[in-house]
Amino acid sequence: MPNDAVTQLRTEARKALDAAPDQGALDAWRVDFLGRKGRLTGVLRGLADLSIEEKKTVGAAANALKLELEEAFDARADTLRLASLTKSIETGRLDVTLPERPHLQGGLHPVTQLSRKILDAFRSMGFSIIEGPEVELDHYNFEGLRIPADHPARDMWDTFWVDEEVDGRRSILMRTHTSPMQIRFMEEHKPPIRIAVPGRAYRFEATDTTHEWMMTQVEILAVDEGLNMGHLKGTLLDLFRRLFGQERQIRLQASYFPFVEPGAEVAMDCYVCNGKGCQSCHGSGWIEMLGAGMVHPEILDSMGIDSRKYTGFAAGMGLERLAMQYYGVPDIRWWYQNDLRLLNQF
Amino acid sequence: MRVSLKWLSEYVDLKLPPEELAHKLTQAGLAVDAIVRTGADWGDEIRVGEVKTVEPHPNADRLRLATVALGGDDTRRVVCGAPNLAVGQRIAFGAIGAKYRDGHNGKYGTLKAGVIRGVESAGMVMSEYELGLSEDHEGILELPADAPVGQKLADVLGDVIFELSVTPNRPDWLSVLGIAREVAALTGETVREPSLEFEAAGPAIKGKCAVAIKDPDLCGRYIATVVSGVKIGPSPQWMQERLIALGQRPISNIVDITNYVMLEMGQPLHAFDYDTIAGHHIIVRRGRSGEAFKTLDGEERELTDDMLAITDESGPVALAGVIGGLDTEVTAKTKNILLEAASFNGPNVRRTSTALKARSEASTRFEKGLPPELPALASKRATKLLVELCGGTAMQGAVDVYPGKQREARVEVTRNRIVQVLGIDPPTAKVRQVLTGLGFSARWVPPDRYVVRVPYWRPDVRIDDDVCEEIARIIGYDQIPALPLSAAIPAPVVQPRRELRERARDLLAAAGMRETISYAMTTMEILERVIPKETLAIYPPFKLVNPLTSDHEYLRPTLRASLLMTLAYNARFQKGQIAIYETAKTYERPDERKRVQGRPHGEEALPVEREVACGVVSGRRADRWGRPSDEDVDFFDAKAFVEDLLRGVNVTAEYVAADEFAMLPGRTAEIRVGGVRIGVIGQVHPDVATAFEVEQDAFLFEIVLDDLLMHVGDQRKAGSISRFPAVEQDLALIVDDETTAGALQNVIEAASLVRAARVFDVYVGDQVPAGKKSIAFSVVYQSDEKTLTDDDVAKAQRKILERLRREFNAELRA
Ligand SMILES: [Zn+2]
Repeated sequence: MPNDAVTQLRTEARKALDAAPDQGALDAWRVDFLGRKGRLTGVLRGLADLSIEEKKTVGAAANALKLELEEAFDARADTLRLASLTKSIETGRLDVTLPERPHLQGGLHPVTQLSRKILDAFRSMGFSIIEGPEVELDHYNFEGLRIPADHPARDMWDTFWVDEEVDGRRSILMRTHTSPMQIRFMEEHKPPIRIAVPGRAYRFEATDTTHEWMMTQVEILAVDEGLNMGHLKGTLLDLFRRLFGQERQIRLQASYFPFVEPGAEVAMDCYVCNGKGCQSCHGSGWIEMLGAGMVHPEILDSMGIDSRKYTGFAAGMGLERLAMQYYGVPDIRWWYQNDLRLLNQF
Repeated sequence: MRVSLKWLSEYVDLKLPPEELAHKLTQAGLAVDAIVRTGADWGDEIRVGEVKTVEPHPNADRLRLATVALGGDDTRRVVCGAPNLAVGQRIAFGAIGAKYRDGHNGKYGTLKAGVIRGVESAGMVMSEYELGLSEDHEGILELPADAPVGQKLADVLGDVIFELSVTPNRPDWLSVLGIAREVAALTGETVREPSLEFEAAGPAIKGKCAVAIKDPDLCGRYIATVVSGVKIGPSPQWMQERLIALGQRPISNIVDITNYVMLEMGQPLHAFDYDTIAGHHIIVRRGRSGEAFKTLDGEERELTDDMLAITDESGPVALAGVIGGLDTEVTAKTKNILLEAASFNGPNVRRTSTALKARSEASTRFEKGLPPELPALASKRATKLLVELCGGTAMQGAVDVYPGKQREARVEVTRNRIVQVLGIDPPTAKVRQVLTGLGFSARWVPPDRYVVRVPYWRPDVRIDDDVCEEIARIIGYDQIPALPLSAAIPAPVVQPRRELRERARDLLAAAGMRETISYAMTTMEILERVIPKETLAIYPPFKLVNPLTSDHEYLRPTLRASLLMTLAYNARFQKGQIAIYETAKTYERPDERKRVQGRPHGEEALPVEREVACGVVSGRRADRWGRPSDEDVDFFDAKAFVEDLLRGVNVTAEYVAADEFAMLPGRTAEIRVGGVRIGVIGQVHPDVATAFEVEQDAFLFEIVLDDLLMHVGDQRKAGSISRFPAVEQDLALIVDDETTAGALQNVIEAASLVRAARVFDVYVGDQVPAGKKSIAFSVVYQSDEKTLTDDDVAKAQRKILERLRREFNAELRA
């Protein structure tokens, strides 16, 4: 008869458990059936009136029921949790294609980005990055580079002159290239030298789609024992390959800059068409990259560096035109117009 | 420089196709920029015609009817609008089907049969423009009178022209003969020198003409020859064609001959009317101040003692190498010619021609330094042509004054040096072959060197490395291997200022700002908007002598104006938030700088270049969808960028309310580190913004990186992380209006047990007394030693309050 009470309690408890719709009902059920003052405890309390034999039987049954109900409770709780999760997944489904929550997108100017790439390449070849003044003395921009006053090579660099005189002579100018740093650096440092000099330079030049009067240049200078033109070629080829791919080729043509001997114009085969000729390279298959050469021995000697012992090379490139090609911009003047509709693309 | 291959082929055999030849020349340093083919598509349809009749057009005043003979019985009738059409002319006739350039749209088309104002036209008489020869629309092209009628025009005028970029070290390449020498060296051909032989049938020149050089430093050689009895007229057709092909306008036989020889040999010449030279005596000397004369362009020129003058016994007759005088010019009446062939100092010619704005084909050759051997050859060549083409008689001999004679140049080049510079070791035979081909002579002197004799036309070759270049460029730079840098990397050299600038660039970009790069020059008017006039008067900005436009006349001493201009430009297109910055140099006038011993003279006069980071924030913040919301950005958006930058370089700054020119009072602060100003932040004064056409609030900051540099923090060290719990408590204070949150925060954060304090509310209004405000802090208490009790926290807070009450009259807000 008492066993019947256990059986009946079981039936009721299972039924109530299956009917519990949520966690709240589940908690109430637990108090009701398994709590300290719950109904299973009640059954166990009722044992006091029974015989020892009955106590044993009913007690075992009640304990078994307690275990069973606890397990059932866990299972039911799990089911309910899963159901509610499923439901919340259903109702909370996101359209993942909606735009991100916006925050300000900053960024470096494309010319800065290109300059960084070039400088990173040189840095990894052991070049230190050095800068110098943009407003220069004739002495550093021209004379120290073997371009004295009234030298015809001055026509190669149309110059902005600053309206200042030193002892009645106009001798301050906007540097026309980054090469003055060759002299400034060699005044202070002796070989081995390996520097890359980025910076702005200025040319008194009418502007059009491919000409700009303010430009960004990167210059390199290396002076050491045993450097020859092959090292110049190898260094520049290394640069081109780091920037534009391992298959790049280099071409040197004879040229003239008063501060190098021999001098060269350096081109790279076009990375767009691999040298076959395309719009990007105007059909030539080559892209003019920079001017270069072996440092003129008279410059080394004038810096107190023995040109019979040490040799060196130098190269200088303008970035704006390369950046046009690299980023697909049709007009060089766009760079310094600072239209955010352009800059925001980079 | 332009060169005609037709002309060039007179001195050297051209066996390569023009493209291949151009490539070889370009590789060797004589860059061929363009290959222009004249007459390439003239075909059979364009031929030489002779104008037989010209009649008025019955239906049009400005048109005429012409009959053109094309040889044999072939005559055509055409309608022509050119005013210069005349009977007897040889002209370029385009038959139906001829290719021509349309004068209206510049496009090439094919000529079709047509009826013009009721009269049928069987072709056209063509202009230089229609032939594609030049941009000259005016009238038809008149051909030489001896042009063979009926001949294809391509056979008469067709040519291939190279447009060349000649580097300033190679004036020899400014001559057809010089280019021929280069072609010969590159293709293994030999040069045929032009003939200098002629018969001098006149009397000896001695006694008929004298030359004196007073300033041999500026004139190393002067040769005069005299040709008498010349007949002035046009030069022969072949000469005119060559001059035109190289871009020179034919003038008269005498002038054309001097130009022709200049183009042929590279030596400028000058022809005087012999009879106008006082005493037939040429005196080469410096000008005297006060001296003046009229040059052949009609200008009255004043001389200085820096100029070299050619004078006669009465005064100046020419400026050496620059321009001739009007009174001694060759005219239609000239009978006798005194021909000058001279060697002038290059820099001096350049200085004079630049000063007089009279640079010419002649002066640009002289200024590059022509060899003194050249005048002797050019003089003979031109005298020969004067005799043969102008019917003149040359006096025998020449007056040749030659104080600047130099020994033949010799250069020793060791084999080691070739390897040291070029990285290649060409065999002796190859080196000798290359140098001989270029006109050098090279002798191998065992065991290790060449002795090289330099030809007169190559004064640019002076030292052994010059010879190395000659070897390399003829062998080909492509023969030099690409070698990796294998030597040890030199010790790195670091510029902290540059490192800081690059860091600032990155930090501001990462914080959400766009980097801009703007021009370094601006106008005074724009500078006056952002810098007080008094300051500009004491420290006037550096000015360019030759600005490209008046918009870029002054070197900017501030970036503020540039940023505001960029903002104005972009605000027109963009309604949302704009956050832009630039890091660049400013150029400031130093207070006073002294010359530094051992530094070049003038360095003390250079501007102080300081690295500055400047930013502007404006517009409306974005909403969830990135559209401009209703909220405008404010001071604190700008401050966020500044703080991102400063935190990134480990600097803690104070913000101290300040007045600043062009900024709005009450909304502007100095940024200080350790009490020293490093920059400024605030709202741009609305009047200033309006001046830049910025019609919205703009917030600007400027940090002088040079000033920040000395405060940039040491390496950061980690602080302790307590294992005991933190207690967070709010502290709402009522303080006087002028008390700053920063001052309160400093006190709170200095108290013991306080780990951090942060403002979370500021209130002004009905609930606090007038003249007061409420500032609420969230304060974090924590100990490294124990778990704090309520009592510990209360005690700490009490102490803070006591100090705040004492120092700021602060009260706890109820
Ligand atoms: Zn290409």
